[in-house]
Amino acid sequence: MADRPGTTRLLEVEAVRYRWPGEAGFALEVPRLSLDRGERLLLIGPSGSGKSTLLALVAGIVAPLEGQIRVLGEDIARLGASARDRFRAEHMGVVFQMFNLLPYGSAVDNVLLPLSFAPKRRARVGSHLAQETEARRLLARLGLDASAIGRRRAADLSVGQQQRVAAARAMIGRPELMIADEPTSALDTETRDQFLDLVSGELAESDAGLLMVSHDAALAPRFDRVVRLADILRDGRSVPVPVAVP
Amino acid sequence: MIVLRLALKSLANRWLTALLTVAAIAVSIMLLLGVEKVRVGARQSFADTISGTDLIVGARTGSLQLLLYSIFRIGNATNNITWASYDEIRQQPEVAWAVPLSLGDSHRGFRVLGTTTEYFTRYRYRRTHALELVAGKPFDDLFDAVVGAEVAASLGYKVGDRIVIAHGLGSVSFVEHDDKPFRVSGILARTGTPVDRTVHVSLEAIEAIHVDWQGGGRVPGQAISADEVRKMELKPKAVTAALIGLKSRIATFRLQRAINDYPREALVAIIPGAALQELWGLVGIAETALAAVSWMVVATALLGLATMILTTLNDRWREMAILRSVGARPATVLGLLSAEAGLLTLAGVLLGTALTYVGLVVARPLIDRLYGLHLAIDPPTWGEIGTLAAIVLAGVIAGLVPAFRAYRLSLADGMTVRT
Repeated sequence: MADRPGTTRLLEVEAVRYRWPGEAGFALEVPRLSLDRGERLLLIGPSGSGKSTLLALVAGIVAPLEGQIRVLGEDIARLGASARDRFRAEHMGVVFQMFNLLPYGSAVDNVLLPLSFAPKRRARVGSHLAQETEARRLLARLGLDASAIGRRRAADLSVGQQQRVAAARAMIGRPELMIADEPTSALDTETRDQFLDLVSGELAESDAGLLMVSHDAALAPRFDRVVRLADILRDGRSVPVPVAVP
Repeated sequence: MIVLRLALKSLANRWLTALLTVAAIAVSIMLLLGVEKVRVGARQSFADTISGTDLIVGARTGSLQLLLYSIFRIGNATNNITWASYDEIRQQPEVAWAVPLSLGDSHRGFRVLGTTTEYFTRYRYRRTHALELVAGKPFDDLFDAVVGAEVAASLGYKVGDRIVIAHGLGSVSFVEHDDKPFRVSGILARTGTPVDRTVHVSLEAIEAIHVDWQGGGRVPGQAISADEVRKMELKPKAVTAALIGLKSRIATFRLQRAINDYPREALVAIIPGAALQELWGLVGIAETALAAVSWMVVATALLGLATMILTTLNDRWREMAILRSVGARPATVLGLLSAEAGLLTLAGVLLGTALTYVGLVVARPLIDRLYGLHLAIDPPTWGEIGTLAAIVLAGVIAGLVPAFRAYRLSLADGMTVRT
């Protein structure tokens, strides 16, 4: 399936099976999962349910045994490891639960980091000077005063600040897909809601999709669609049982 | 590139550990290069102790023993050569020159060598260097002595000083030839050979101081004064050894065999170069041990490097997951980590090499003066450069092992960033 102009499908996962190397017996199966451009999808599931594995598959950090993972029409399951790395660099931004930043770099350094690996995103942002300006704009957009914290070591920032810097990094150069693995679990409720609103606002402007996993169903109202992992995963370890959304 | 800049910042954050690691490598490199320089210098000094002499002749004994007592002034001759035999060898048509050596006395711990003035012109060291006088002149009078540089330096002698020679070789002797004192007539320039530690007198002087002796002591009531001895005919009856120069080196082996087969007396002739090599073969074991120790120190330093990188692995692991998440290829990440190890090793190697040369420049005169060891200040040989490059490579590998481990773990963990 090629990426035709006007296609609204951003991500399409089909009949994917995966097994971590060296862990016989454990397998993950995703019969089907999709995401449209600009759509915000929340995957809910308890820890250990294979959320991170699913994200690693979508991000192309690992490749499935079988099945298709189409991002923007490109089946990344068919790509080699370094092609997947390049693809991720150009089209995706990733935010982890915590420890997102290289601690010795400044906030601005960290935001600019993906541009080193993604020529198209770099071109989209522009010159060296424009890159710095864009980094500061994104930080400001996420409620961080770049002139106050831009030059500080990332390690000296609060967890909430670090997560916003990570989000800015995931969005610089307007990649089409943001992948977030429990990015708000270390934040208090107020900071969490503010974070999600600011990220959503910026994503909407660039028409980028968000694939986020969390164990926290309270986040649901802030997403376009909510999917329980239990509904899309077939866990090889056990017979699938229905899990109720709390 | 921002990634390099961040890697350098990460390194800068660990500057103390990094500095100590570099210092450990530098010290090990200094040891390695220093040992190598001393080894080469010692071997060269050793091989250069005597040159220009084709044969050394002595009473029959082992070739090493003859070399040790005639040239290195170590140990004693068990027997002498009669003057008649020496004279006969000297008369051989192949022989260009012969210098007799007579040993057995000492002066305050330094050996006394009875010889002829020809010794000062015939003896060669460091291939072509001849002995030179820094003060005075060769012995002229019967009781003149020419002292080596170290004798003069450590005993504070100058030309004109009176010295007394002791019978036998102890540094503190109670049996002295104090009735026949000598006068320092000349001081030799430093050579870095045993010549520096020798008091040279004429062959006749050796005869003169023993004229009224028999066995190990003075014959009572038969004392002959220094003035009386001057009037006597002092013809040596025996010498300890002789240096022989040939007209053509082609005759060396023939004459050597003839001397070894000399019918009237048990003699031996050795070729100095061959005997020196044989001796170095024995001494060389120490050199191998020294080299082994310095290699072990280098290995220890590299282990320290690997340890340092391993201890930072938790941080690096996180770095690795972050870099992977923004699209860095595994090769980039592995490269960054092992480049750090390579960079530290390179810094250590360069620092160590620089310090070695600084140390050489500073210590060389001192080492020359104290030990007579002439260390060459040459650019590193290709062999040394190869060794140093191999060490840098070993450093990269030492860094690659933990880096690869971190990489495997980051793959197995997917995108999970651990605390």
